[in-house]
Amino acid sequence: MSGAFRIPGAGRLKQAKTARFSFDGQAYAGVEGDTLASALLANGVHLVGRSFKYHRPRGFLSAGAEEPNALVQIARDDARKTPNVRATVQELYDGLAAQSQNRWPSLAFDVGAVNDIASPFFSAGFYYKTFMWPKAAWKSLYEPKIRAAAGLGVSPDRPDPDHYAARFAHCDVLVLGGGAAGIAAALAAAETGASVMLADEQAEFGGSLRFETGARIDGQDGFGWAQGAIAKLKAMDNVRVLSRTTAFGYYAQNFVGLVERVSDHLQNPGRELARERLWQVRAKRVVLATGAIERHMVFADNDRPGIMLASAARTYLNHYGVAVGKNVGVYTANDSAYAAAIDLKKAGVNIAAIVDLRDNPTGPVIDEARALGIEINFGRAVVRAGGKFRVTSMTVQPKNGGGERTIPVDAVLMSAGWTPSVHLFSQSRGKVAFNDETKRFVPGTYAQDCVSVGACNGTDGLAATVDEAYAAGAKAAKDAGAKAAKGTKPKVDAGESWSRGMLGAAPGAGPDTTVKAFVDFQNDVTAKDIRQAVHEGMHSIEHVKRFTTNGMATDQGKTSNMHGLAIAAETLGKPIPQVGLTTFRAPYTPVTFGSIVGHARGPLFDPTRRTAIHPWAEAQGAVFEDVGQWKRAWYFPKGGEDMHAAVDRECVGVRKTAGLFDASTLGKIEVVGPDAAKFMELLYTNPWEKLEPGRCRYGIMLREDGFIYDDGVVGRLAPDRFHVTTTTGGAPRVMNHMEDYLQTEFPHLNVWLSSITEQWAVIAVQGPKSRNIIAPLVEGIDMSDEALPHMSVREGKICGVPTRLFRMSFTGERGFEVNVPADYGQAVWEALWAEGQKHGAVAYGTETMHVLRAEKGYIIVGQDTDGTVTPNDAGLDWAVGKKKTDFVGIRGLARPDLVAKGRKQLVGLKTKDTKVVLEEGAQIVADPKQSIPMKMIGHVTSSYWSENCGRSIALALVAGGRDRMGETLYVPMPNGVIEVEVTGMVFFDEKGERLNG
Amino acid sequence: MLLIRCPYCEEERPELEFRNAGEAHIARSANIAGESDDDFEKFFFIRSNPKGVIHERWRHMHGCARFFNAVRDTVTDKFIMTYKAGEPKPAKLPGVAK
Ligand SMILES: [Zn+2]
Repeated sequence: MSGAFRIPGAGRLKQAKTARFSFDGQAYAGVEGDTLASALLANGVHLVGRSFKYHRPRGFLSAGAEEPNALVQIARDDARKTPNVRATVQELYDGLAAQSQNRWPSLAFDVGAVNDIASPFFSAGFYYKTFMWPKAAWKSLYEPKIRAAAGLGVSPDRPDPDHYAARFAHCDVLVLGGGAAGIAAALAAAETGASVMLADEQAEFGGSLRFETGARIDGQDGFGWAQGAIAKLKAMDNVRVLSRTTAFGYYAQNFVGLVERVSDHLQNPGRELARERLWQVRAKRVVLATGAIERHMVFADNDRPGIMLASAARTYLNHYGVAVGKNVGVYTANDSAYAAAIDLKKAGVNIAAIVDLRDNPTGPVIDEARALGIEINFGRAVVRAGGKFRVTSMTVQPKNGGGERTIPVDAVLMSAGWTPSVHLFSQSRGKVAFNDETKRFVPGTYAQDCVSVGACNGTDGLAATVDEAYAAGAKAAKDAGAKAAKGTKPKVDAGESWSRGMLGAAPGAGPDTTVKAFVDFQNDVTAKDIRQAVHEGMHSIEHVKRFTTNGMATDQGKTSNMHGLAIAAETLGKPIPQVGLTTFRAPYTPVTFGSIVGHARGPLFDPTRRTAIHPWAEAQGAVFEDVGQWKRAWYFPKGGEDMHAAVDRECVGVRKTAGLFDASTLGKIEVVGPDAAKFMELLYTNPWEKLEPGRCRYGIMLREDGFIYDDGVVGRLAPDRFHVTTTTGGAPRVMNHMEDYLQTEFPHLNVWLSSITEQWAVIAVQGPKSRNIIAPLVEGIDMSDEALPHMSVREGKICGVPTRLFRMSFTGERGFEVNVPADYGQAVWEALWAEGQKHGAVAYGTETMHVLRAEKGYIIVGQDTDGTVTPNDAGLDWAVGKKKTDFVGIRGLARPDLVAKGRKQLVGLKTKDTKVVLEEGAQIVADPKQSIPMKMIGHVTSSYWSENCGRSIALALVAGGRDRMGETLYVPMPNGVIEVEVTGMVFFDEKGERLNG
Repeated sequence: MLLIRCPYCEEERPELEFRNAGEAHIARSANIAGESDDDFEKFFFIRSNPKGVIHERWRHMHGCARFFNAVRDTVTDKFIMTYKAGEPKPAKLPGVAK
């Protein structure tokens, strides 16, 4: 048995397959094909949640994606906990475990419900008004409390073990919505041979045909026709049919985002199935067939469990075979609720009464209801509902006042009319237009190649819908380039038509200010709140929305926006279009982070770049650091050394004998061509024309504004060939910068640029023994100081493989950088390492490299400069060609601010206490006794312990720094003020003798 | 995601392959070192930021790597046309009344 409220013979589910599930620990049975909502209703469970603000008991409002109330938490295991699952959308599987949300300690007894009694304090704009003062209380008191109280559900606290797939797709015609309209459009488009995609958010296609028992198409009942048509479409090679797939976002140029729920409905999805799949579809034409959403009636206590949309009750009956009550009342302002009453009555459910706000409506459904013996009351309103955890009665009154009558019920079906689902149309930047006659917003001006059909276009009646959709599908295919259709249009034999309804508050919604007549169920916004917002001066709907939070919950006001707008318009005394509709934004329904992230997480979030020498460093136990996407060896600890000890040993080792360093990550660009030197003249501050082949120069690159952009050593291999090095992090932007100028400003220059960063592995060998280590392995290069002086480059062979051998130094020691093709990088490194062992050489990492260069006052662009530093500021004026008439940045350097006195200049700092190492980024002041806030005159850019100097060393940018040599400055820190002396930037071997040592 | 037609590849490709490179048709002076402060300010700092039609540079970064120019409407985000670097500003735009 799958529930006492399951009606034998009703609905389309096969009773044979039982699915056991639990809700708040209580065991229930449902049927395969149920949603969690239909299965709970079959068991007579209506109370499923507590509301957001007032913690009021809530049940099911709808049977679909618009559900504002029935949000539950579903946990498959500790890591798979999904909050805010709409029970009306979640398909049942055997073993499903759901929990109610937003209640403590239990659903029936919820402490937070005191908010309901205290509700005068929680009126519109409550958050803005209450938590304004004192300001300091925000951080300590208000925010934590609000956050704790405000959560709907609990997010999981473990990494998501599921995986999420992603697909890109292109098609001629994308049809969104798989009801009668969408299916008809897809059929018409598919018959032309065009490539078609059809998506619907439900597990089964048919849309409102799921509940519309009156529909007959091509001689079949509507739902049966839909299944046949879908089977036909699925069999066609040019059609892709996606169920359980929500189009959540409509972006520029017919780019639509869809999420397919692949396995959330399965009992044991298995690891190979993705949980969800993100489809990014580019369509030549889009057909919007998104239907309409029924509105509730706004009256006092309209949120009691058991009060729901008429179409929802009809869906539960006609699709799931579930009666939502035994004694059901109906409150309506249009015809469609009559059909629900008729269906339920025919299924054996007592209809207590139909209350119709209209005065004397006529029509076949009204006649039929009357013929079935249902009591009908025209011109009356339900002014309040009774009951707390379940509706127990509805109180009826003539709409213009008069005697009340209370009718016992266990469910109330409501219908205030239907709102066209223009969400995706609005997202496409289309402009909606208000139809004054039918009181609804429908698509007006289109911004993209799309068309709306059926209920979302304001088209009433099944026959008109199918006609319109079929024609639109054929036209969309033709516009996308397909041939004319040769199919046959589905013939509608019978259909239902949803007539108009009402917008805004019904008589039972106040003006009494204690009345809670809900407009937005999920955010607990009442008719009173909206009126109050207008009275307090919110005259635009955008302001009303933010002040009351109407329509701002996870359901985005699918049922509430139009009511809210109408109440605001009425209070303002303005027509609805003048108050305006809020803009719809993506996503249409909530989308998981997982589906958006897809596979781009963990190691796949960003590429990891490793050098050719990486495996050797790893085997040596190197500790790595991330530099951009690169993994770089940071230091090589030996025998339990900490970082400090390892770096001290490496630093001393390099200067004493020699060290090997993997410099492969340095950016490298080859500048080649007859005009290569001219190009270099324009891109760097230095002169290049006269640099002899075989020699190197330290180059500085500026932006046009005169600030340092990058630096590096450049070797001239031949008159028409430069080997340029850049900083590790700067390689891509330097290449972009060069290409930009070459392609757009200097296209007359005959130059080619190639990124060669990954072609060459670079092994720096530095230290007094460096030549002794390299020389035995080199062929064809004279390694003498005369033949290969400091700052020169030669091509030859090392270990039998080609090399570009640079004599250069970033340590101040005699040094070389051995470039070899990356494939030979590790082999050459190992050969050099073996030679180095004979001399006691060390391997060193980036930390030691940083310390050694700082001992020599060599800057690192991006550490000692920050995009506001000129060559002069950095003490590098010597590298700017004074006779040059043009280079990028030449004019920027002459700007008044850049030549003004008192600019921050790079200097050295020595702490008075030699053992104290300054913090990088620490601020510098001239007078530590001044009052706070102190005038800061600079900051520390680099700071290290230097074992070679036996003291700490630092570089800093200080205002007028070079005029302050010998001055004492101060670095205020939380534990006291540190005294420093301003010095030159070179701390070790000031004369530079060791370059040839 | 926008589709952008690269005038070199002669193909519409997704925006992911491209990088915007700022306003187009701002020429660097051949005698930039001799420019006045005002002229340099106009060249380097001042951009038009229009509401409507903008001429801008794009680079087909993950394609042919060429820089080119585009005419785009900043209100609708629609590309009106693209053309090669060095070509003059189009006198007449397709589909734009003026
Ligand atoms: Zn291209």
